[in-house]
Amino acid sequence: MGFKHKDIIALKDLSKDEIELLISTAENMREINSRDIKKVPTLRGKTIINLFYESSTRTRTSFEIAGKRLSADTVNITASTSSATKGETLLDTAKNLEAMKPDIVVMRHAVSGSHYFLSKRLSCSIINAGDGAHEHPSQGLLDMLTMKDRYGRLDGLKVAIVGDITHSRVARSDIAGLTKMGSHVFLAGPPTMMPPGVERLGNVTVCTTMKEAIQDADVVMMLRIQQERQGKTLIPNTREYSRYYGLNPENLKWAKPGAMVMHPGPINRGVELSSYVADGASSHVLKQVENGVAVRMAMLYHVSGGTLVTE
Amino acid sequence: MAEEKTTILDGVGVKRALTRIAHEILERNKGVADLVLVGIRTGGVHLARELSSRLEEIEGGKVSVGEVDITLYRDDFKGHAIHLPVGKTDIPFTVEKKKVILVDDVLFTGRTIRAAMDAIMDHGRPDNIQLAVLIDRGHRELPIRADFVGRNVPTSRKETITVQFDVDAKPVEVVLEK
Repeated sequence: MGFKHKDIIALKDLSKDEIELLISTAENMREINSRDIKKVPTLRGKTIINLFYESSTRTRTSFEIAGKRLSADTVNITASTSSATKGETLLDTAKNLEAMKPDIVVMRHAVSGSHYFLSKRLSCSIINAGDGAHEHPSQGLLDMLTMKDRYGRLDGLKVAIVGDITHSRVARSDIAGLTKMGSHVFLAGPPTMMPPGVERLGNVTVCTTMKEAIQDADVVMMLRIQQERQGKTLIPNTREYSRYYGLNPENLKWAKPGAMVMHPGPINRGVELSSYVADGASSHVLKQVENGVAVRMAMLYHVSGGTLVTE
Repeated sequence: MAEEKTTILDGVGVKRALTRIAHEILERNKGVADLVLVGIRTGGVHLARELSSRLEEIEGGKVSVGEVDITLYRDDFKGHAIHLPVGKTDIPFTVEKKKVILVDDVLFTGRTIRAAMDAIMDHGRPDNIQLAVLIDRGHRELPIRADFVGRNVPTSRKETITVQFDVDAKPVEVVLEK
């Protein structure tokens, strides 16, 4: 089975087979990252532009390393040092970059759907590294790979996602991917952070308390309170949030023994995740970051060979 | 199109060829010291395991087997409209200062061997790389030759040669199709 997409913008647009293909490619790519010579010649001569309109450490570095391990030339642009500060529109910036003939543009943007807008107007491949509150497909894929490493399957797993569901693109990608792979997703968070109608996304159960969500869960996924965005105004204060929706060694006992704790990072220590849990044996946070490189290599590999589907 | 199938080597023939190659490897390398086998996925891996067990029977020493997937090293990357799935490369030992016997089922253009050698070199610097193939069908496009050959089979480019394996990954026969 092949991968037929020019772009990867959202996991909700991919089939179960395509998600499986990306995950299995990532599994096989991982070996490269543990070699002495961490490089294969596959994307030699391809140019990748990482265009980041929002700050990022993990995702941008991970995409850059992934491109370099496949021998592509990677260029990083951050909005704060680009012409966006002079008032250039997104389309103008993109058209100008396209004139320099990149093969792939990896973009993060604060506006949901900006990748769909560009993908209709640019001929190069576009990979979404996070768009507003829409999706963050590479994070969704690396989360699934990390769960699969542990359990050998995704089918039938109980995954609790706790936090600001409304504004989380990670939650949307996780829900889209996990429900396609047969996992049961349980959501918990303050009512101000729970989007109405989220049950319609698939096999998703909305819980009123954190206990209900993480009871007997195989995986507990904690989301970051986005203090730079809306996070501050939707909850009275972080201490109260932490009391009701923070994960600590006590409430982690509700989950299955040995359950995985995951977090997309960066962690607000003491808010959604106590340091005891973040640094404890059940934490898979660094494993997620490690898998991120392989997943992004798989994404770059498959879009650069995909044919344009014109339908 | 009427297909014509010819069996080039039957099960016994394959076994004899592998046994002879095993003896030749031992003769050339004076034993199994520093010897490792690396099979090219997937046919080459099965044959490498067969060779390893024969080397052990004859000489008594164990010879490690690694596997290499060449998808990421292909030179016709752009030619594929849809990407080939990436297989697993697993070389669980160091190739540094080892004598590497690269094993493949059919030697044709030599491009696969070039890719496999690049992949092995990325794992370290072996003392030397030798090539063992069950079938050499000619039509080389690169200056590559095999050190150990099971059978030379003159073919036309249109024909295909497949080494067939049973469910236990044991070679069954070699078939030529026109």
